[in-house]
Amino acid sequence: MRTLITTLVCTVNGVRHERTVEPRLLLSDFLRHELGLTGTHVGCEHGVCGACTVLLDGEAVRSCLMFAVQADGHDVATVEGLSDGLGGGDALHPLQAAFREAHGLQCGFCTPGVLMTLVPFLRDHPDPDEREIREALSGNLCRCTGYQNIVAAVRLACGAAARA
Amino acid sequence: MARQRAPSGIGERVRRNEDARLLTGRALFVDDVRLDGLLHVAFLRSQHAHARLSSVDASAARSRAGVVAVYTAVDLGDYWRPGPLLVPPPPIPGLVFNSCTQVPLAKDKLRHVGEPIAMVVAESRYLAEDALDDIVVEAEPLPAAVELEAALGPGAPRVHDQLPSNLAAHVVQRKGDWAAAKARAHAVIKRRFRYDRGASAAIENRAVVAHWDSRAEELTVWDTTQAPIPIRNGLAQLLGLLESQVRVVAPFVGGGFGPKIMMFYPEEVLVPWAAMRLGRPVKWTEDRQENFFATTQERGQIHDAELAVTKEGKILGVKDVFLHDTGAYDPYGLTVPINSQCTLLGPYDIPSYESEFTAVFTNKTIVTPVRGAGRQHGVFVIERLLDFAAKELGIDRVEIRRTNLLRPDQFPFNNEILFQDSAPLTYDSGDYAPALDQALEVIDYKRFVREEQPRLKAAGRHVGIGVVCYVEGTGIGPYEGARVTIEPSGRVRLATGVGTQGQGHFTVFAQIVAEVLGVDVTDVHVITGDTREFHWGTGTFASRGAVVAGSACHAAAARVREKILDLASRELKATPADLVLDGGRVHVRGDPKAGIALGALALKANPLRGAVRPGSEPGLEATAYFGPDRGSTANGVHAMLVEVDAETAQVEIKRYVVVHDCGRVINPMIVEGQIQGGVAHGIGNAFYEQLVYDEEGQLLNASFMDYLLPTATDVPNIETTHRETRSPLNPVGAKGVGEAGAIPTGPLFAQAVEDALAGSGLEICEIPLSPNRLFELMNA
Repeated sequence: MRTLITTLVCTVNGVRHERTVEPRLLLSDFLRHELGLTGTHVGCEHGVCGACTVLLDGEAVRSCLMFAVQADGHDVATVEGLSDGLGGGDALHPLQAAFREAHGLQCGFCTPGVLMTLVPFLRDHPDPDEREIREALSGNLCRCTGYQNIVAAVRLACGAAARA
Repeated sequence: MARQRAPSGIGERVRRNEDARLLTGRALFVDDVRLDGLLHVAFLRSQHAHARLSSVDASAARSRAGVVAVYTAVDLGDYWRPGPLLVPPPPIPGLVFNSCTQVPLAKDKLRHVGEPIAMVVAESRYLAEDALDDIVVEAEPLPAAVELEAALGPGAPRVHDQLPSNLAAHVVQRKGDWAAAKARAHAVIKRRFRYDRGASAAIENRAVVAHWDSRAEELTVWDTTQAPIPIRNGLAQLLGLLESQVRVVAPFVGGGFGPKIMMFYPEEVLVPWAAMRLGRPVKWTEDRQENFFATTQERGQIHDAELAVTKEGKILGVKDVFLHDTGAYDPYGLTVPINSQCTLLGPYDIPSYESEFTAVFTNKTIVTPVRGAGRQHGVFVIERLLDFAAKELGIDRVEIRRTNLLRPDQFPFNNEILFQDSAPLTYDSGDYAPALDQALEVIDYKRFVREEQPRLKAAGRHVGIGVVCYVEGTGIGPYEGARVTIEPSGRVRLATGVGTQGQGHFTVFAQIVAEVLGVDVTDVHVITGDTREFHWGTGTFASRGAVVAGSACHAAAARVREKILDLASRELKATPADLVLDGGRVHVRGDPKAGIALGALALKANPLRGAVRPGSEPGLEATAYFGPDRGSTANGVHAMLVEVDAETAQVEIKRYVVVHDCGRVINPMIVEGQIQGGVAHGIGNAFYEQLVYDEEGQLLNASFMDYLLPTATDVPNIETTHRETRSPLNPVGAKGVGEAGAIPTGPLFAQAVEDALAGSGLEICEIPLSPNRLFELMNA
């Protein structure tokens, strides 16, 4: 059997990558295992849990429901690009800092997907109420937190807590 | 701006040390491990719940490009053997236990859907999965033992041919004289209760990576286990290696909830073996569908229970006869049904108790503890019986509870039966009535019942209130250990054996050590779950991390403190009693300038010249262990307001109140998080989650599309109040809390929904209740 190979050019966290991949390679596997960006997690591979959420041209997508080749010519952002904490420092994006402050994570496995879901949500809804926050989160499963402190973290991040 | 000193010690809301790594994607999970030459595994699994396996032909798979090896049971040779009995049953007189443990690959029989048959090792996971289609399996399907009562009936298909029936265990425990209690009771309430299975559903599936370094002759295994040390010890034995040649690392683990402490899962045995045999590192990561079939599950039980009460509602005795579904194998012994048996007694003074259970093999996934570990069933039975008794006697359901609560002067209270850890079920301490009062006050029970509910009812709304109590045995032995080292930098290294799955160990243990040593919590670097760093211990289960490992951390830190005081008293020419540890320094009381930094002291304790005094040890380091004689007993009260849509049976939780007592709270923020997550899990169990098996033993909802986990729009905010009745059994005074939130949610849901529909005659004796099931019950 001949293995199909295709060329993929995309930008991930601002870095241009040119790779040859099988057309069937999932974007999640490409990010994790080809590029080594293992901050994006995989929880179900059928698009329900949201752990694998990344940004494609600024919008949240489930990387387990996309083939890597579909990212050809696009701009991908993962949790590793959210802050400059990659080098071992503790510099955090304000949203990440709010999660730490409000105990918005426990095992942390779903967290990267939650963060990447929230980034475009907060861009489009800078001052959401609790109901909107919960709706925005409803596509991300978390088994540890009961969501309460995730909601609190989002409110903290957008300053809602201070105004309430 | 001056740096504000962060809160550090026990009892403070310290933010977590581990969060920066997790939030930035730097934390290592098992599937993140990347190694040169890594091979990937896929398993061929049984499609049948029960079948006679006649042949497995893997020849086509072996010749597929990219496939390195395919193994069937035959290929394992002597390595094929049933797994160990992880938890031997307690010494209960008359106990019957038939041990049938899981096998690495099915040999002659398939006993549940998802049981592994063959293992493909290939250059990529994609290729390994391709090759699964090449394997030809011949199997003759057999009728399956699925439903619990039918599985015990005459002529039922037998899961294990060598046994005369599907009886896995039979256990009777008694206290007092039930027959006499029943004879003099004013009323005897009798009901049948059912509790069905759910999935643990950690968002991270299981994974194992193994690397055999043939030069160092060392095997490294990364495993999503809650018990890295027992896994290491067991693997060394299986593979004929020294324990010191095997390193097991449980790095960050994406949720445990119980099933990640099986020993052994077939994959845990096979992946390291293949890595040694092939001389290349090997990885297997479970996918979500496999998780539904192959990761252990919990909680199918059927109870026939009776409660004998006086006219005033005083409990005279309880009799409970139940069936417990143990699935296809029973490697975890009787932990789950014994927890059910013990937890039924709750916070109440129950003078007589007769409890008999039969564990039953079925052609379903293996049952081992899942957050709560059988405690749910016991709480469900006693709480529901009290509700029905209150109704029959015309007593308020809160009052019937209050009447029977144990008083503070009754502790330690011996329940006269044995707990899962083989120790007598003795409650160490507790103060139950104030917890109940506090929950009632927070939810404003009296006003709701007197004023609010009638008003809502008049407006055509069905809003109900529920209040339930529970106790939870936590923090059992045998022991854990910890090593504390002060480094020359002044930072403190703390290594302990328990693995971590999100409970905040990097912070909670650091807080304990920080308090003892007077250092900042961020200066305590915690290492867990790596047998190279610490290789004595058991694991993370039974809500025991903070209690048992936390106490070991405390003991190790206390020994280091002694060493600090000893050396510093000579350096500073002061008596130890006059020394103060604070801010990472030790100084003479009243004279902070006359002091020395702990890092500098650590250097002095490890000199390059001169002499370490006879009888002393170099460095500022100590290892200590802690093993409690028995577990400590946490307790709590949950209260809830729900509104039921009488037409659609949709239930909306309006308020959820938790008053809990886990002894001394080390970090209230983390404890609240544990409670909130537990309650969410409990809400899922009570109303959304059910593993639905058909009569052939096929799981019908094996995906997150069909199996509903609660989402952010389903779980309300939980209002938590802490109470602290310290445990006398450990130096910290802590009791466990990891499972607490999930335990009483079922009966709470049932009571509140019934109350919302009061007058309809609805009685809820089963969990889970989906909207569909509730609709059926409402219209029955």
